[in-house]
Amino acid sequence: MSSSLASSSNLDGSDDTSPQQKQSKKPKYSRFTQQELPACKPLLTPGIVIGIFALVAVLFIPIGLASLSASEAVVEVIDRYDADCVPNDMHGKELDFIQNSSTNKTCTRRLTIPKTMKSPVHIYYELDNFYQNHRRYVKSRSDKQLLQPSKEAETKVCAPEGNTPDGKPIVPCGLIAWSLFNDTYQFSINSDSIQVNKKNIAWASDRSHKFSKDVYPKNFQKGALIGGGKLNESIPLSEQEDLIVWMRTAALPTFRKLYGRIEKDLNANEEITVVIENNYNTYSFGGQKKLVLSTATWIGGKNNFLGVAYLTVGGLCLSLVLAFIVLYLFKPRY
Amino acid sequence: MARTGRRKRDRLRWSKLYTFSCLRPSVQLETSDTGTASLGGPGFSRVVHCNQPRLHYKKPLKYPTNYISTTKYNIITFLPKAIFEQFRRVANLYFLMAAILSLTPVAPFSAVSMIAPLAFVVGLSMAKEALEDWRRFMQDMKVNSRKVSVHRSDGLFGYKHWEKLRVGDVVKVEKDQFFPADLLLLSSSYEDGICYVETMNLDGETNLKVKRSLEVTLPLDEDEVFKEFKGVIRCEDPNPSLYTFVGNLEYERQVYAIDPTQILLRDSKLRNTQYIYGVVIFTGHDTKVMQNSTDSPSKRSRIERQMDKIIYILFSVLVLISLISSIGFAVNIKYYMHNWWFLQPDDKDNKLYNPKTPAISGLIHLITALILYGYLIPISLYVSIEVVKVVQAMFINQDLQMYDEEAGIPAQARTSNLNEELGQVHTILSDKTGTLTCNQMDFLKCSIAGISYGVGSSEVEMAAAKHMASHSDFGTSEIEIEPSTPITPVFERVRKSTIKGFSFEDDRLMNGNWTQEQNSGTILMFFRILALCHTAIPELNEETGGFNYEAESPDEGAFLVAAREFGFEFCKRTQSSVFIRERYSPSEGPIEREFKVLNLLEFNSKRKRMSVIVRDESGQTLLLCKGADSIIFERLSKNGRTYEVDTTRHLSEYGEAGLRTLALSYRVLEESEYLAWNAEFVKAKTSIGADREAQLERVAELMEKDLILVGATAVEDKLQRGVPQCIDRLAQAGLKIWVLTGDKMETAINIGYACSLLRQGMKQICLSTAPSDPTQQDAKKIFLLSEQAAKENLSLQMSNALQMVKLERDPHAAFALIIDGKGLTHALQDDLKDRFLELAIECASVICCRVSPKQKALVTRLVKEGVGKTTLAIGDGANDVGMIQEADIGVGISGVEGMQAVMASDFSISQFRFLERLLVVHGHWCYKRIAQMICYFFYKNIAFGLTIFYFEAYAAFSGQSVYDDWYMLLFNVVLTSLPVISLGAFEQDVSSEVCLQFPALYQQGPKNLFFDWSRILGWMGNGLYSSLVLYFLSISIFSSESAFRSDGQTADMAAVGTAMFTCIIWAVNIQIALTMSHFTWIQHLCVWGSIASWYLFLVAYGTASPLISGNAFQILVEALGPASIYWISTLLIAVVCNLPYLVHISYQRACNPLDHHVIQEIKYYKKDLEDHDMWKRERSKARQKTKIGFTARVEAKIRHLKGRLHKKLPSITIQTVS
Repeated sequence: MSSSLASSSNLDGSDDTSPQQKQSKKPKYSRFTQQELPACKPLLTPGIVIGIFALVAVLFIPIGLASLSASEAVVEVIDRYDADCVPNDMHGKELDFIQNSSTNKTCTRRLTIPKTMKSPVHIYYELDNFYQNHRRYVKSRSDKQLLQPSKEAETKVCAPEGNTPDGKPIVPCGLIAWSLFNDTYQFSINSDSIQVNKKNIAWASDRSHKFSKDVYPKNFQKGALIGGGKLNESIPLSEQEDLIVWMRTAALPTFRKLYGRIEKDLNANEEITVVIENNYNTYSFGGQKKLVLSTATWIGGKNNFLGVAYLTVGGLCLSLVLAFIVLYLFKPRY
Repeated sequence: MARTGRRKRDRLRWSKLYTFSCLRPSVQLETSDTGTASLGGPGFSRVVHCNQPRLHYKKPLKYPTNYISTTKYNIITFLPKAIFEQFRRVANLYFLMAAILSLTPVAPFSAVSMIAPLAFVVGLSMAKEALEDWRRFMQDMKVNSRKVSVHRSDGLFGYKHWEKLRVGDVVKVEKDQFFPADLLLLSSSYEDGICYVETMNLDGETNLKVKRSLEVTLPLDEDEVFKEFKGVIRCEDPNPSLYTFVGNLEYERQVYAIDPTQILLRDSKLRNTQYIYGVVIFTGHDTKVMQNSTDSPSKRSRIERQMDKIIYILFSVLVLISLISSIGFAVNIKYYMHNWWFLQPDDKDNKLYNPKTPAISGLIHLITALILYGYLIPISLYVSIEVVKVVQAMFINQDLQMYDEEAGIPAQARTSNLNEELGQVHTILSDKTGTLTCNQMDFLKCSIAGISYGVGSSEVEMAAAKHMASHSDFGTSEIEIEPSTPITPVFERVRKSTIKGFSFEDDRLMNGNWTQEQNSGTILMFFRILALCHTAIPELNEETGGFNYEAESPDEGAFLVAAREFGFEFCKRTQSSVFIRERYSPSEGPIEREFKVLNLLEFNSKRKRMSVIVRDESGQTLLLCKGADSIIFERLSKNGRTYEVDTTRHLSEYGEAGLRTLALSYRVLEESEYLAWNAEFVKAKTSIGADREAQLERVAELMEKDLILVGATAVEDKLQRGVPQCIDRLAQAGLKIWVLTGDKMETAINIGYACSLLRQGMKQICLSTAPSDPTQQDAKKIFLLSEQAAKENLSLQMSNALQMVKLERDPHAAFALIIDGKGLTHALQDDLKDRFLELAIECASVICCRVSPKQKALVTRLVKEGVGKTTLAIGDGANDVGMIQEADIGVGISGVEGMQAVMASDFSISQFRFLERLLVVHGHWCYKRIAQMICYFFYKNIAFGLTIFYFEAYAAFSGQSVYDDWYMLLFNVVLTSLPVISLGAFEQDVSSEVCLQFPALYQQGPKNLFFDWSRILGWMGNGLYSSLVLYFLSISIFSSESAFRSDGQTADMAAVGTAMFTCIIWAVNIQIALTMSHFTWIQHLCVWGSIASWYLFLVAYGTASPLISGNAFQILVEALGPASIYWISTLLIAVVCNLPYLVHISYQRACNPLDHHVIQEIKYYKKDLEDHDMWKRERSKARQKTKIGFTARVEAKIRHLKGRLHKKLPSITIQTVS
């Protein structure tokens, strides 16, 4: 007579408490569901804080020094020629000069090599105020057309330079190709001409996968407006490396593009004669044109900024190390 | 009709026992019923053809089926409705617009890169919606497919699914089954058509209610008679009022009025009755219960609401920079465009860039810019938060420490969108019965003839004692000096008895030993009162051979079990007698005695007592009475007061121990006296009229006087396990706890003591309307007047109390506010409620008793709106639904009582004590996780989005992005989503044990330390800084002016964009690694995996056809990978981006650490193991100042003792001097 229920209200009549269900409702134990997974809990203790800053300092200062010295090792010769290559009588009428196809655009410049430049010496042209990153410009190209001969009519995306006025598709179409840079440079030292290697100035993958060797220029620069350079219609696009380089639009309005390489050391104080065909119109938007000769190291061209930035951050961290040591000494928590 | 006496079962005419509630004049006066007059009119048009459900198959009598559905969608409406829901979010709508516009040339991105993430995000949210709705559907199906016995035809009954039930069906419901629909009670297994109903699911009341059929339908109590049964019910239309019903029954050419006592409501349960027959009146959504169910309001957490504001800020920033952009664009178009021959500005199709119409171009560009800078608004924020919350909810559901082994119910997060709100709770509003207490009574002590029996101690005493012991380190000496400390030395009493309802331990009374006691005669009377004075019926338990008792209240059940254990087993009740098996010693066999029950004057809340008049075998007539002590004491005879003093002392002791007490008394009646009284009583009983009840009461009053006090009982209203401890910890976590109960004030105060919400020395402010004189209540005018007076009185009480609280100088003084329902009705009125709230906030604990469900909701609203902080309501019954829905967070106790509260709740737990873990552990974690996650989200999108803007300045504001479309598409959806989700789901600042040991850590939530504006703006500032560093350093290093590789190539836009994007990926992922303080393999995988996945993507994307990847073809392998500058710049920029944050957190930790920093460090150095004292010190420091809970109680006690000690010492010295 011992076990019994005291009152009716304790009777559980709800229909979901059968023993089987009890079993199934019990959550299964796992360290994941109980949020008890082993964890590392790093903590910014004084030692670690000082350690981190010290590590950054120790790491950054050498890198900074290395990249600064690499940058210093680069020899660069820059020659702005857009103004000087306009005949004296055409000053103030630069546009007329450049747009007139009959004027003589040849111009000779002399450059002095300040320090010995080991081969290869990269030749760049630099433009400024040229918005290759403008949306209208960037969009105006047809990758399909460049890659597949069958898709040469895919020029819709190339507007406004898709088709010739009589409706034939332009290959390569689009504003980018149409505005191809067309100044040329010829180098000589003491009237010995220097070979400029124009091979391999574009990415290998571009040549092999993006610009087909079966696509040839067609109807290019045949419209009412002539933009930039013309293309030899017997050479497939994959070998038109100037075009390929040009078609890699630059991110900023001031940019350099690779023109070619001189595979010959240039000695200090040598004078180089450059014969420039000044064809490209930068006068209408006031852009400068520069010819650049530069060597390259492991960090590329001249780039002091990187080294300076590294040194600054490294130095800053060094001073933070000191600051925190002082802080921990004067305000100890324990 | 000629079947009387056909089946003589052991039926009872209960109407004879119940004096007040059941006996009604047998004549039905349907003409006087005002309700019937309007039948057939508007609102009262329902016609039910009983037993002819076919008539309801077609219009106009076609009513809805009994199928219920609580789902939000169905298969057809799901898509449109769910999509509509999704696009009600401003951010989503914005992205939808952007996606639509991306199909036009205005868009800066390809259409797929806009549509894909949107589809992904919306699809995921909708999948979640669908899953939740599916769960609801399954729940509905479970209910719909319950079975009930229905009359098919020719007197045959068969089982049917609930959903198949139609209006007019006759159903037979058996014991402990739920009613499938709203029924008209026809007859029951009792001869007089009574049945007992448990309405817990409707109103949360646990006591059984009596329903009674019409006299005329009484013969319909067998299956066969329904062959012929026909009737028509005309009644009101479906409405949500639970306590009213207007209608009549046309049966055998007569019209009978139906009132609510004949109506059985869906979701209530048949108790203590074998079966009933009933006719279905309302089905499905027409039932009162369904009409009552309101759509639970969709709640949004505080953090999410604040997050919306941030999104608006970001929108403003977005619009601002878009405006700047479009102005810049227009200026460029106007002044420079005509010079840019390479763009062919004079082309005739050139609309967007026409130099002649810069304004139009600018306007169109505004749209472009709005889309372009859309990355400021994190598209994946909502969906990530949803994913995180689902994971968090899963953790809550799976937590084994919130799993109730006994009931087999785990905790459940029913809505996952309030997880973080759990970490910000300020006030808890708790129901009492079923929440704090189990609603199970244990007979614990008694006082008989002025001697207290029962050595067991209540849970309250035990808990206090235990706590006292654990505090001995700073209290020992004082306690030892004070020998009269009334704390039972038994700390860990293992309750030996396993008998439910009986925890009494005292050898003096057990096993027949009481016969050796001095006052054995009085003791015998005490036991007889226990065994006789009740309305229960015994039920033989087939398995054990013992008896179960079906009692109206659990107290009564406890008394009967106690009587049985003392040797007075109540074994049988007939119409007129109660049989008791009395056993005076264990060796003797039981003697069965019959007591004739002459009258039963039942309990009601106004009388606060019940009596039986019995005649024993010797012919002696006795009146046995039990009731509230105050009521009994004022009715004692002169010579019945022998034990009054002792008993009073015991009663107050019991009360302090948190026990429920009743006083027992008796009176010996002379035969003549009884007969005279009975005649009057019968007259009163059979009288008809409005004052019948008053007359009965008056007559009963005549008899219940000159009583002789026997003793008192003390029953423990068992607290749920761990409730006092839980309340203590919650109090230490700085939470305020209000108790709202439907119980009477005494009980509520008892429980207040039991839970340490109240203690000795606390100043109690009792607000109640003075009990108006009962004789005055009859007259309506005076009643109204007194209503006004009561209000003024209350207002005065409040002002006085407020003044008292304000003037209190003692910092330790604590106040408790106790208010009853009547008082609340006034206090909640507009003119008083501010003052009431002000007073309530000043008080350490607030207890509201006799509160209606509606008032519970109103109080909740008052706190929620008045205090402006997060409120949490916890309750278990349907009467708590309003409160649960009104509060910011509703928690339902999923236990014995119905599912209503749980269905309305946001979280359900099966025991109150789990609330601690839910709040202090899960709430704390979820709050910090979500807060940090949202901050980080904004940071990363600002850091990324602004770089796009800076680039515009270098691209003539043309709307060109430096990044490939695919990078941007993946940024939010893949590359940075998993780390932030892992932060939101798995971050732990401290472990769960530490959370529980340092409840004060919880205050970081209510104080909103992690999502206040300074922190949000700090993160945004960090994002701005990072964006500047990312863009300008990248641009400076990768300027297109110099080669970036040793073989001389210069970087084109794809290379610059990819390098910059790499830096962003590193910077934001290192940032999140710095934010996290808890790395499991999951976090490692997510953070470092995200970075790795970026490189993997680059390789994969680079190998795809150049038609897809465009200029990104082979970019990593051929162009960037071999360039050392690419890697070096990544290192530099990632470090520079995170340096200030690192300095900031290092400095903060060193100079003004937050609580969790300190704890983390103690744990890190394992100081807690080496230095216990320090750990303890830290722990006690980490408590919130609180005035409730044990700890406060013990401290108050110690203070009190110390105070006494100080007072005593001087007095001693004075004595010695003199």
